[in-house]
Amino acid sequence: MLGKLNYDALPFYSPVALGGALGEVGAAVLVLAVITWLGAWKYLWKEWLTSVDHKRIGIMYIVLALVMLLRGFADAILMRTQQAIAVDGEGYLPPDHFDQIFSAHGTIMIFFMAMPFLSGLMNFVVPQQIGTRDVAFPFLNSVGLWLTASGAGLVLASLVIGKFSTAGWTAYPPYSGIEYSPYVGVDYWLWSVILSGIGTTMTGINFVVTIFKNRAPGMTLMRMPLFTWTALVTSVLICFAFPAVTVVGVQLMLDRYLGMHFFTNGGGGNMMMYINLIWIWGHPEVYILILPAFGIFSEIVATFSRKRLFGYDSLVYATAVIGLLSFTVWLHHFFTMGSGADVNAFFGITTMIIAVPTGVKIYDWLLTMYGGRITIATPMLWTLGFIFTFVIGGMTGVLLAIPPVDYLMHNTTFLIAHFHNMLIPGALFGYLAGYTYWFPKAFGFRLDETWGKRAFWCWLIGFYLAFMPLYALGFMGMPRRMEHYDMAAWQPWLVVACVGAFLIAAGIGCLIMQLVVSIRKREVLADTTGDPWDARTLEWTTSSPPAPYNFAKIPVVHDRDELTWRKAHPDIAGKDDIATPIAMPENTGAGVVIGITGGIFGFAMIWWIWWLAILAFLVILGTLIARSFNDDDELPVPDAAVALEETRGSGPLLGY
Amino acid sequence: MWARRVASSPAKPSRDTPMPRPRLPRRPESDLPSRILRAGLVAGIALLAAGCSAEDWPVFLPDGPIAAEEKELLITAFGLMLLVVVPVYLLGLFVLLRYRASVNNPDYRPDWESNKVDAVVWLGPAVIVVAIGTIVWEYTHRLDPYKPIPSENPTIRVEAIAQDWKWLFVYPDEDVAVVNELVIPVGHPVSFRITSDTVMNSFYLPGLAGQIFAMAGMQTRLNLQTEKVEEYIGRNTQYSGDGFSDQQFPVKVVSPQDYDAWLDTVRQSAKTLDAPTYAELAKPSEKVPATYYASAESGLFDSIIEKYVGKDAYHNRAQLNEFAGDYICGPSDRTDSTKGTL
Amino acid sequence: MTDATAHRHPDPALEARDFGFWVYLMSDAIIFALLFATYVTLLGGTDGGPTPHDVFDLDRAFAETMLLLASSVTFGMATVSMVAKSKGGVLAWLAITFVLGAGFIFLEISEFTGMIAEGAGPDRSGFLSAFFTLVGTHGLHVSAGLVWILVMLAQISVKGLNPAVTSRLFRLGLFWHFLDIVWIGIFSVVYLPGVMS
Repeated sequence: MLGKLNYDALPFYSPVALGGALGEVGAAVLVLAVITWLGAWKYLWKEWLTSVDHKRIGIMYIVLALVMLLRGFADAILMRTQQAIAVDGEGYLPPDHFDQIFSAHGTIMIFFMAMPFLSGLMNFVVPQQIGTRDVAFPFLNSVGLWLTASGAGLVLASLVIGKFSTAGWTAYPPYSGIEYSPYVGVDYWLWSVILSGIGTTMTGINFVVTIFKNRAPGMTLMRMPLFTWTALVTSVLICFAFPAVTVVGVQLMLDRYLGMHFFTNGGGGNMMMYINLIWIWGHPEVYILILPAFGIFSEIVATFSRKRLFGYDSLVYATAVIGLLSFTVWLHHFFTMGSGADVNAFFGITTMIIAVPTGVKIYDWLLTMYGGRITIATPMLWTLGFIFTFVIGGMTGVLLAIPPVDYLMHNTTFLIAHFHNMLIPGALFGYLAGYTYWFPKAFGFRLDETWGKRAFWCWLIGFYLAFMPLYALGFMGMPRRMEHYDMAAWQPWLVVACVGAFLIAAGIGCLIMQLVVSIRKREVLADTTGDPWDARTLEWTTSSPPAPYNFAKIPVVHDRDELTWRKAHPDIAGKDDIATPIAMPENTGAGVVIGITGGIFGFAMIWWIWWLAILAFLVILGTLIARSFNDDDELPVPDAAVALEETRGSGPLLGY
Repeated sequence: MWARRVASSPAKPSRDTPMPRPRLPRRPESDLPSRILRAGLVAGIALLAAGCSAEDWPVFLPDGPIAAEEKELLITAFGLMLLVVVPVYLLGLFVLLRYRASVNNPDYRPDWESNKVDAVVWLGPAVIVVAIGTIVWEYTHRLDPYKPIPSENPTIRVEAIAQDWKWLFVYPDEDVAVVNELVIPVGHPVSFRITSDTVMNSFYLPGLAGQIFAMAGMQTRLNLQTEKVEEYIGRNTQYSGDGFSDQQFPVKVVSPQDYDAWLDTVRQSAKTLDAPTYAELAKPSEKVPATYYASAESGLFDSIIEKYVGKDAYHNRAQLNEFAGDYICGPSDRTDSTKGTL
Repeated sequence: MTDATAHRHPDPALEARDFGFWVYLMSDAIIFALLFATYVTLLGGTDGGPTPHDVFDLDRAFAETMLLLASSVTFGMATVSMVAKSKGGVLAWLAITFVLGAGFIFLEISEFTGMIAEGAGPDRSGFLSAFFTLVGTHGLHVSAGLVWILVMLAQISVKGLNPAVTSRLFRLGLFWHFLDIVWIGIFSVVYLPGVMS
């Protein structure tokens, strides 16, 4: 009746597990209690959970990302503390726990922090930047959000019921196969990745169509803002790459559930096939993570230098080239698998080549600042921190791209330092910059600058302290994923790294304080014009927060940096904007139902509760079929309501 | 929604919105974050100075031509990359110093474009990357782990088998086997055949050679040469389960006399590695001390591979594997000069 | 094909759905491409068990091919009826397409059960895992198409051939013909070389 699920799945077998589970359950209960105390369930359901508004979906994605950042970071602090003390001893985390923690940390940060963060920013910003009222497929948008959320839910559930995978975030076989990992851990990983992968693919399709089909009149491709360009290339990458992770995940699932031999040690299996397939996805994935951040930096550098972006065409071509080349480099993730000098050298060279357009971008941003009037507000601070720190990671990446050097450094902490050097200053700083930059647009008030700066400095210095020692440790020959070690010489570096992690924790604390203080001071920080930064692109012509339909009249675009053009031509600006009848899609619970039921399906599959899996599948199928009969799901917005929205002040959603 | 604004002095923030007064971070002397930074730098340099030995820094103080060349490559590439990276810092500092709004530089060019500068921006990194790329082709072939190393001294053949969570080394020419200890005579090339009897492992001898994966049903190769008598630590770098953190072993590069003496010690062991002993050994165990086997069943290494791919397939795949140079299966199992043997 | 959707008032929302469906098909094509790549890689992984030559039945594969190709033709006829605004014609041709597709699935299921019964199931070897997954994924897609045909039969009966319904039918057609093309790939890469080896 409950499949493999029994009392032993509860975390009473270990104090560490119990502590983690109680912490997580406690936090969840606290959140639910607060919502109940505020009496906000009906509001939440009607206005947010069932929303198909891209802006609200975007905000919910970002909320998911920030929550998962906390969970993923908790994993990081646990690991850093363990490694700081575990010389010649067991530390406080037995291997089973440590191994689940590093696997969960990577899985959460990539799939459930970074991907939702960038999906959220794309969702919120892109339709406004291209002058449209909605994405192409609002309902699909909602389904994608809830599938991602339920994938995250499965990972969170694994801390309380059962265990998580110990196979790392890439789950190499045969270790991740049923013979060597018989318990449910890898299954939790599999289903959360498969569910969120399907959700992400939906987002990719949605934005490819939206950007190609829904642009405002006059906005040719070469007039699109850079963030939209990077969103487009990212979405194309998603459509091409995510099928690979879905395929390989399903194949591993079939190996585990039906005893197939895709990746087993014997039986005609080929574990190298898994490595190839996962990295054919994995390398484009890291470009999916970084390109939107590059787009954000482009917007911020131009706005805060009060200057047109230098080398727009170059930046666009560089983005497209990066997207294309990202499919030609995947083997550099496994130079040490023994493919031979010709193959290794080929992929080493392609990896070199892809470094060129990235370098071009960095220079173009600096040249944008040249001859500008630079204001160092918090978004710009994140951007500067990125420029100065990311290049170190780029350099170590080029080093690793040389196969014989990689033979020395692969799977050491040098590699860990390299990719964190790319992801934290690159992707995460970009998302946090975007979060700070577009926050006033979303909520009608800016974020507090003081706490923002404090957060930045804690993150920046914490990052250097936490990861520069790891480069050194790689040179000292320390492998990654070690739960304890015997080299006393490594410990001082790991202690410094631990200090860095705590400084980053302070940075996260500052971000939380920033939010709390900003909400308290929202009247002082209010954005009453819709354009708090004196910016250059169309999203700043809407109110803050925007009306559900974004634009009362569809803007006609005359130039790149359309808003700057309008500010320079105030007498004719907006005159040819097109008034069209406004009809917005209705909210619907179908997306929530499909997403959550997807999560239930995953849980049932993990624990072999077959009747529940079948039932969940039928519910999803039924919902989709029922939904397909509904062709009339748009509500027109009457003129009176439009007039009201246009005169509405820009108070934040929290009732000011 | 957007304030209709007369084209005003571009440097001024909007009159409507109380924009935060832009402030650069304060000068280093008085700023807490940079005090921490300086303290960190001092600590770091102290740590660096504290211990620079081959045991601690194998990558920088390697032994043998392979590891030494790999280190040279690392440093050369690093130097070339500095040519791209240092200008970023210089240009960055320059624009921040000169073009901050508070400096009020009259040289304000809001619409500046330049195709020439753009071209340099593309060409500069491209040229450096092409330079590194040519190095990549050349050195990847030169430092191919599969390439046998010519020497007047006879090559020592070792068969390395990854197990949970230990390494078994069979010396086929000496008919002995050892667990968790690797002893090799200085000045003799060593040629490894590597496989796994469990999950994927990665055989790494920091300071002596690059690493290579060990995979069940397949064979990989590694060749190295030594020049100094020294002790190292060998490791597995591919996470393989509970006992992964203890899967290291001492690597002793000794004089030929000491090597012969060690072989004699091994041959005096009471244990022999036959099939039942092997089956017992292959069971998961952690922190296994160095264990000697006075003799090893012949063909043990091949039998471990055949266990996973079947005898016929093992040799059939060899014939089909022309791409890899008609050898026994391994991702790339060939030598440049001769069609060698098992 | 475009006549049906681009009538007097082309609806941009429906056009967007068509375009989006092409993008989805492209991602689906990549799924199949990777399954093909897996199949070719694992072709030698027979583990001393049944080889392609042992298990493939060219007669049945040929029958399946004919059924699927015919179903594409009948779907084409349904599309012609759709352009001609003949509701009855569409329903009839869709029903015939369903029968042909169901016949294909029936033959495929009997092929799979037969192979499993003689010890050549997907858990026997890497080759068989890859075969069952590639052909099985295609079969699952065809089955989903069959469900979709039933849904369309219901929608056309209830709502008639309004723009939303015809647009949906157009997309189903894309899906159906796409699956036919994939099957031709399967026949050419899996069955024919397997039988001839």
